[in-house]
Amino acid sequence: MTAATNRYFGSPVLRNEDAPLLTGAAMFVDDIDFSDMLHVAFLRSPHAHARIEKIDTTATHDRDGVVAVFTADDLGAFWAPSPLVVPPPPIEDLVFNQRTQTPLARDVVRYVGEPVALVVAENRYLAEDALDRIVVDYDPLPVAAELEPSAQVDAPMVHDVRGNVAAEVRQVKGDYNLAKNNADVVIARRFLYEHGLAQPIETRGIVARWDTKAEHLSVWAATQTPTSLHGGLAQLMGLGSHQIRVVAPFVGGGFGSKLLMYYPEELMVPWAARQLGSSLKWIEDRSEHFVATSQERGQIHDAEIAVSQDGKILGLKDVFLHDNGAYNPYGLTVPINSQCAVLGPYVVPAYDSSFKAIFTNKPIVAPFRGAGRQHGVFVIERLLDIAARQLGIDRVEIRRRNLIPSDAFPYKNGIMFQDFTELQYDSGNYLPILERTLEIIGYESFVRDEQPILRAEGKCVGIGVVCYVEGTGIGPYEGAKVQVDPSGRVHVATGIGTQGQSHFTSFAQIAADLLGVAVDEVDVTTGDTDQFGWGAGTFASRGAVVAGNAVHEACSAVREKILNLAAEHFECSSQQLSIENGEVQTLDKPDQSITIGELAVLANPMRGAVKPGTEPGLQATRYFGPEAGTTASGAHAMIVEVDRETMMVKILKYVVVHDCGTPINPMVVEGQIHGGVAQGIGNAFYEKVMYDDAGQIMNATLADYLIPTSMDVPVIELDHIETPSTMNPLGIKGVGEAGAIPVAPAFAQAVEDALGIAEGGSEILEIPLSPNRLWELAEGGTQ
Amino acid sequence: MLEELVTVSTVVNGKHYRRVVEPRLLLSDFIRHDLGLTGTHVGCEHGVCGACTILVDEKPVRACLMFTPQADGHAIETVEGLAEENGELHPLQEAFRDKHGLQCGFCTPGILMTMKAFIAQHPKATEGEIREALSGNLCRCTGYQNIVEAVRLAVSRIGGSS
Ligand code: FES
Ligand code: FES
Repeated sequence: MTAATNRYFGSPVLRNEDAPLLTGAAMFVDDIDFSDMLHVAFLRSPHAHARIEKIDTTATHDRDGVVAVFTADDLGAFWAPSPLVVPPPPIEDLVFNQRTQTPLARDVVRYVGEPVALVVAENRYLAEDALDRIVVDYDPLPVAAELEPSAQVDAPMVHDVRGNVAAEVRQVKGDYNLAKNNADVVIARRFLYEHGLAQPIETRGIVARWDTKAEHLSVWAATQTPTSLHGGLAQLMGLGSHQIRVVAPFVGGGFGSKLLMYYPEELMVPWAARQLGSSLKWIEDRSEHFVATSQERGQIHDAEIAVSQDGKILGLKDVFLHDNGAYNPYGLTVPINSQCAVLGPYVVPAYDSSFKAIFTNKPIVAPFRGAGRQHGVFVIERLLDIAARQLGIDRVEIRRRNLIPSDAFPYKNGIMFQDFTELQYDSGNYLPILERTLEIIGYESFVRDEQPILRAEGKCVGIGVVCYVEGTGIGPYEGAKVQVDPSGRVHVATGIGTQGQSHFTSFAQIAADLLGVAVDEVDVTTGDTDQFGWGAGTFASRGAVVAGNAVHEACSAVREKILNLAAEHFECSSQQLSIENGEVQTLDKPDQSITIGELAVLANPMRGAVKPGTEPGLQATRYFGPEAGTTASGAHAMIVEVDRETMMVKILKYVVVHDCGTPINPMVVEGQIHGGVAQGIGNAFYEKVMYDDAGQIMNATLADYLIPTSMDVPVIELDHIETPSTMNPLGIKGVGEAGAIPVAPAFAQAVEDALGIAEGGSEILEIPLSPNRLWELAEGGTQ
Repeated sequence: MLEELVTVSTVVNGKHYRRVVEPRLLLSDFIRHDLGLTGTHVGCEHGVCGACTILVDEKPVRACLMFTPQADGHAIETVEGLAEENGELHPLQEAFRDKHGLQCGFCTPGILMTMKAFIAQHPKATEGEIREALSGNLCRCTGYQNIVEAVRLAVSRIGGSS
């Protein structure tokens, strides 16, 4: 049979989903309306840690428009700690103290914002009015707020664990002590790294509708993981999977915050809908989002690098604390990513890394774009900068000397990754990426010519260059169902959700090439469990990789069916057929053709017999499960100017060279990188969530927690290097998180350079920075 | 006790509406839930993100910062009013599609409305002016680069035709 042509795969095809989004027609969760819709508001704890003595809801009962009020005491057997979403990996001697959240707090609240009651009313205004009339007697308990003090053995206990240990993990390869003994230079530093809040512009939200007669629950949720939510609700509510449909409609960004966490709201709203036999809606408001949604926060790393005189890494040691928040539903994904990311794209013969995850009286910590990798990348990149300075080697040169060479792949790292497989890099070309980055930013000439001139003019300018790798496209699997309709249109359904990643287009590109139709003749459904109920979800830069390959396999199977049926129809061999413009043609008689829509009708006959062993219709379902993830890589460089008076930092030039294997749609890939870099800039310089000693968040508005604006994000110059993945047939690597991961160390390096580290300025060992913090550092610097 | 209700009449996308509402009803909720025009999005309800931006008498306004009675007697335009009746996209919408100026699309309606008013005032806007005009609208997906590109394209297309 003739091979499919790549007309669309690899091209910057405009998006199928844009028209509904641009005209306001696209349906987001808050756009759903039913005539019997009731509205939910949650009463949340004002204390970071307190015993609940008593909840009195009687004053709500006579309120107009109030339909019901629920507290933990109303939940019966539904009240239980929720299941663990991600179990810890099977690492030897690992300690993991599982403490998950309950649907509503009953005896103790453990963070400000933890839900204790919910009101159902005719509209949200009335529901919120009623919240004010619920009286809760709290007995405040000592608070474990700050990370390091919370890890002390005598710290206030968030649960029943001394020292608030949520987990303890050590991973070792090689012999670090030996490496240290052999080293010419050993550098030890303490690094503080905080990653902030995802803050998608659409908050979380959920609509649930219980149909009493059909005994059926429909749920629409702003979620990244509709299939997992479906499975979880079936299990916890004691329903058959056929009794629940979960739909993730258009979702306004997620970045991790909309992963299944068994958030109280995603359990309580469906539960209450069933209790009341009606339709309920809860939409998180922004103030709730700051306290009720997962966050990423801080780690404290005490790290050491052992290097030889010529700058070769002999070994790394890292001991770190990880702020886990009050519960740990998402296991160890974030700190394990940090642990793995310290190795970077470098040859590290010996590594000894251990961490403690610590419960604190703050919201849960779970992945936010990068998911802990930022913390690790900062550690290794900063250590290399300091080592280079101490050894008198150029900071770019020390990276060159340590990058994993192109002929060393697949490269095994000797420790375990978050997907429970050995951390392995499948393919890469790290040195060419670095060289290309240096060329585009003009590293040599900047350092040699421009910087001295600008400095002489009194301008405080600096440059930063860093490298990174990113494990993407992890298993376990995704699937896709592909069908040709009698109209000739193609329908692709997958289980993953989509939050702006352009799946409606990239999956359509794959289908269009294989089935000989145009991209806009392919309808893609993502995240509707009635259409496709299997899969894990959109996270860890895996949607395009894993679901994309499943779509490819399902389309290949449908292609074969089309050609076989057409061959029968024309009484020729399928070798002589091609599919183009929605028609199958015979190569020798171009005027003889049949549309794929007509073939779809033939494939589903109303009379006669379908041959044994064949299936009706032009449809196929296939699954793709990679053995392990695939590793994307890249380098970022930036030139900054610091205003010495105000300590404002202006990014003058920003360059990204990255390798995400074979891109399905380069336009989409570039968009993902732009967005990632913007979030990285936010992380480096603008976004810091602040808590006081009582565990109260101090800046819970978008006016106080600063997300970068169009004035803060520069133009990003991009280039691609393509090293296809060896882990999947399409050669794709994920790209969703790459932009966000290495920005902070590049920023720190550039600012340090601008402020004159070589002349005795201060080292920057922490993120986020701010003008205030830079001023303090500059003041405190050794002159 | 419910507050006293008030009657509001307003023209939205050229259509007259007369409704009785609670005075505290936010204009964003009125447009979305009472009128069913759900293209106007709500991202923060505290006037910072710009997702809820609509035009009131042709000026960009944050619908979450207005009570519905304040719209009485005024003309409102929302994202649903941008495209032609026959579905043909407005040049701004076209440009956003051509330049990949949206990802999740949640911030987009507010940005389109802000930019519509801006281009009307600044038919020859430069990149710097565009960035400044955009700075009151938050987008968490795109990093703004393609939004700026899209607006530049729209400026050249709209400016070119006027
Ligand atoms: S919702 Fe109105 S400005 Fe954010
Ligand atoms: S496109 Fe998602 S917030 Fe702007």
